[in-house]
Amino acid sequence: MTRVLEYTCIVCPAGCLLRVEAEEARVLKVYGAACPRGVEYAKQEFSDPRRMVFTVVRVRNGEMPTVSVKTSRPIPKNKVFNLMRMLVSIELEAPVEIGEVILRNAYGADVITTRRVGKRKSSRA
Amino acid sequence: MIEHEYDVIVIGGGPAGLSAATRAVENGLKTLLLENREMLGGIPLQCVHTGFGIHCFKEDLTGGEFITRLIDRAVKNGVESMVKAHVLRVQVDSAYEKTVYAASPIGLLKTRAKAMVYAVGARERHSYEVGLTGDRPDGVYTAGEAQALMDIYGVLPGRRIVILGSGDVGLIMARRFALEKAEVKAVVEVLPYPGGLTRNIVQCLNDFNIPLYLGHMVLEVRGSGRVEKVVVARVGGDMKPVEGSEFELECDTVIVSAGLRPDVDILEKIGVETDPATGGPVVNEFYETSVPLVFAAGNALVINDLVDYDVEQGEAAATFASMLLEDYTTQRLKWRRVERGRNIRLIMPQLVSGTRDVVFYSRVQHPEDNVRVTIRETGFEKRFSRVKPAEMVRIRVNAEELAKVQGEKLTFEVVG
Repeated sequence: MTRVLEYTCIVCPAGCLLRVEAEEARVLKVYGAACPRGVEYAKQEFSDPRRMVFTVVRVRNGEMPTVSVKTSRPIPKNKVFNLMRMLVSIELEAPVEIGEVILRNAYGADVITTRRVGKRKSSRA
Repeated sequence: MIEHEYDVIVIGGGPAGLSAATRAVENGLKTLLLENREMLGGIPLQCVHTGFGIHCFKEDLTGGEFITRLIDRAVKNGVESMVKAHVLRVQVDSAYEKTVYAASPIGLLKTRAKAMVYAVGARERHSYEVGLTGDRPDGVYTAGEAQALMDIYGVLPGRRIVILGSGDVGLIMARRFALEKAEVKAVVEVLPYPGGLTRNIVQCLNDFNIPLYLGHMVLEVRGSGRVEKVVVARVGGDMKPVEGSEFELECDTVIVSAGLRPDVDILEKIGVETDPATGGPVVNEFYETSVPLVFAAGNALVINDLVDYDVEQGEAAATFASMLLEDYTTQRLKWRRVERGRNIRLIMPQLVSGTRDVVFYSRVQHPEDNVRVTIRETGFEKRFSRVKPAEMVRIRVNAEELAKVQGEKLTFEVVG
């Protein structure tokens, strides 16, 4: 029994409308992708949808109270909120460097800082 | 200690200002960069998502990653900067003398420079500009304010959210709220189609089951003390609310994501001519405003949709500043006005000389397929498979082509 599923590609701003022809759990053919990345995305989205996560975690004694972070690669879509919950309990101590790994191998990805947070200067600048 | 005489003062420490200051120093100009927030970086600092630097670094970076590279480059080049410096007033003493007054941590700062690059960015359209009426409770924010609260200061502005406007900023904020387990009740868009990219509809709304009300508008905010609900109505073909279609959405927070306007407050005070189409200053191909040696770049000049364009304009403004400080050619050139023809909503620069290549940034009024963007007076044309208002059209035209213009003006238009 063949099924046809539709996805909008999120790889680039073009947003191709992708049609996946599948039998059971097997992808037969992907239509509508303007580039190979779209075909990959459709196969991934069909079998195991994944998303990047972008958020912030708390920083103590920093020039700002948060540092932005991202996952090093997409994680399973249904684990996004699990990861968010894990990040709530993390608090870093300033200074924080950009590109620091703050959590290793969470659902197959590392969580990495995406800005620098210096130490807060004493009360009077 | 801050010295008081410079070749160029750059106002604004975001992508355009950092790029301008770095390039100015590279060109040997004595440069001061003034930023009003506590740190350099501007808006990308509060952007945790990607979409930055695709052209200038050939990588898809987050706002923070992108701006850190620009800050590091500025520091490495020895750019002198001051943060928490609020420019209060600029005084034009003569073509080569400007005095900039700023409130700063070391008191009132008075600095003088020959040239100025104005790169303060944009301001967001607020509730009064989108016709929002009703009570005036706490809990109404612009998208940028909410973003700064959440992603710089770590404060969630509310728990039950209604977002006005479906541009990419509104959609990205919807996802941001949803990730923090706030309940996004609706994204309300007055137009019959979404303002943002389809991929953002998918990954920001559909992923979190957030309803999108197209062809609807928020009529009223209600609440005493804090926002309690909004009244939403369907709009008809005349863009007016359809009577009887009103319904209420309970919420504690309203986010206005209604677009940007160049912030030209300081420029207007020194008499700079502005363009109603861009909302920014009228500039010549040197990004020089109608006041000699006052340049503009970035979102203060024209609303860009790629940060790479802000960088490009910042660098260009600084290059032209050093060129004109060496030899002030502006007066000797014959300037032709760039006019807007069919389906051209805005275009920048607005004045060209025909003596050099020019990169034009333009936006169309409505979407069209398989068109040519042309210059009526010269026969120049460039093909596009699709043009749409949300995507800037960037066109380079070479000097020989522009020199063909005989009269006082040249007209850009979109033809089928």
